[in-house]
Amino acid sequence: MTATATPGTIAQIDEPAHRATKENSHRVAHALLLLLRIVLALVFGLPLLFMIISSFKPDAQIFSDLTSIRAFLPVGQLDLANYTGVFERVPFAQFLLNSVLISVATVALGLVVNSMAAFALSRMRFRGQQVILGVILATLIVPFETMALPLLWWVNKLPFVDVNGYSQGWLDTYQVQIVPFIANAFSIYLFYQYFDSIPKELDEAATVDGAGWFRIYRSIVMPLAGPAVATVAILTFLPAWNQYLWPLMVVQTESLRPAMVGIDYFKQLNVSWGQIMAYASIITVPVLILFIAFQRSFVNSIASSGVKG
Amino acid sequence: MSNSATLKTPVTPQTGVPAAEDKVAPTGRHPHTVALLMLLPAAVLMITFLIIPIGLTFILAFTNARLVSPQPATFVGLDNFVRLFDNDTFWKSLRNTIIFAAIIVPFQSALALGLALLVNVKMRGVNFFRTVFFLPVVTSIVVVSMLWLFLYQPNGLINAVLAKFGFAGPDWLGNPNTALIAIILMSAWQAMGFHMVIWLSGLQTIPGELYEAADLDGASTFQQFQHVTWPGLRQTRTFILITITIAAFALFSQVNIMTQGGPLDATSTLVFQAVRTGFQQQQTGYASAISLVFFAIVLAVSLVQRFLTRDKDAR
Repeated sequence: MTATATPGTIAQIDEPAHRATKENSHRVAHALLLLLRIVLALVFGLPLLFMIISSFKPDAQIFSDLTSIRAFLPVGQLDLANYTGVFERVPFAQFLLNSVLISVATVALGLVVNSMAAFALSRMRFRGQQVILGVILATLIVPFETMALPLLWWVNKLPFVDVNGYSQGWLDTYQVQIVPFIANAFSIYLFYQYFDSIPKELDEAATVDGAGWFRIYRSIVMPLAGPAVATVAILTFLPAWNQYLWPLMVVQTESLRPAMVGIDYFKQLNVSWGQIMAYASIITVPVLILFIAFQRSFVNSIASSGVKG
Repeated sequence: MSNSATLKTPVTPQTGVPAAEDKVAPTGRHPHTVALLMLLPAAVLMITFLIIPIGLTFILAFTNARLVSPQPATFVGLDNFVRLFDNDTFWKSLRNTIIFAAIIVPFQSALALGLALLVNVKMRGVNFFRTVFFLPVVTSIVVVSMLWLFLYQPNGLINAVLAKFGFAGPDWLGNPNTALIAIILMSAWQAMGFHMVIWLSGLQTIPGELYEAADLDGASTFQQFQHVTWPGLRQTRTFILITITIAAFALFSQVNIMTQGGPLDATSTLVFQAVRTGFQQQQTGYASAISLVFFAIVLAVSLVQRFLTRDKDAR
């Protein structure tokens, strides 16, 4: 140490003490930041924990537990009475089935329709292509709520043909809850972006082998588009499952209602908070489990929705 | 595509393309036809359920159209707008919607950025925090509204917690002075995780070398944020501002479930009024006029925000 006295030494000697205080203040800052994270985790997590825990408690106990930490703990009288109550009070199984049917149909049909459109826009050349893409992007800023009321009037006028023949008006049907949401500008855009990143040489090679455009779409591009499919599936499933405003207006028949609208029954007569929490837990927990299982895809899909400026 | 080249390529039989498909997609021979066929389903659906309804908003707003009516709608000029601008509830709803947006846009986006910075670190367990902050996003707003309807009860969880600290909480949703704030807090709680993830993806596009360089120059944490992080987030910022603002103007579900626009119209919003008049009272024409006002605001907001951010680009 002493033998090698170079001009840099003074600074070096100075450093340990300096570093110690710096490290100390760093440690304090780290601890404070960790504490902040924990407090925030409680803020975001506790209400949901409260919902699930309370769904197993009788109404009187939900209220008496509020004043202590017991509100968040599975203690006291716990049973499934709220859950059986939910099924007795409303046709809940039917509501759930409707929600599953509507969201699965919207996602599945949407994947096909939007990816085909994006394929045409991204990998083929034809007149008017840029105009069509421009129109699709321009519709992105129009929130559904601005045109919900005119759309309501419009679907009531639309003709519909099925096995029973011709009828006018789509109100009070399954299809009115599905068909308007199949084509989606944002899904087309996400597929378009992804398809653009797949090398076009693949198309040319396939063309030489005699494959048609549809075959290229089905056998080459789509199998490579897994991440885009996952993103679009997630980003269309969540709003389809969570739809509220639209089914509220277009469905009167109880047996066609989705679960989100069904929860309204519980705000009327004889409010039972336990039953509401049970109902809310059943329609939430499966989605939460899906989210935790496919977390990476969920987060990536949300993140990719922000890529655009 | 190189049509001349592909034209000469014979359709080889070993690919097993059936004859019917051959006609539709013969080796890129008619890309135009195939492209149109592939676009067709999406185009028909988008025209029917998006373009036409948007166009209808502009027409129906000037008619007396009713949702269910034996008589055809007739043109009434500006009648709907005259009635609208003469209606106290409309002005209150417009005011509430603007207040909601004006508070929640900066509040939610700033806090979401804070969350993103907190979880944008290499640390054991950081994924746990990301997950928990994000949980409300995957919870339906309907469920969130029902849950918070209970939390906000005069004898509910929030007031019970406040009482522990010696505060007497108000009747959050029953008091015109606190109802809108209560809805703002809850909405921010629900949606913040979404924007945290978007901020986070923006943060991760900023090259680490910039921070290393700033470190070498002796920049403090705040200076690094000011000179590296903030400029690096320009695009993300625009996107977040526009999406939060538009979503804020579309406020409906929370209001419908928690307050029905009350007390004393303190939480009524544009979309809530549009639904009330266009659906419950079946006055489609009048509701379309409200929708048109909403549409104009959304257009103006996104144009202004685009303009402001473009201006900064130039500098």
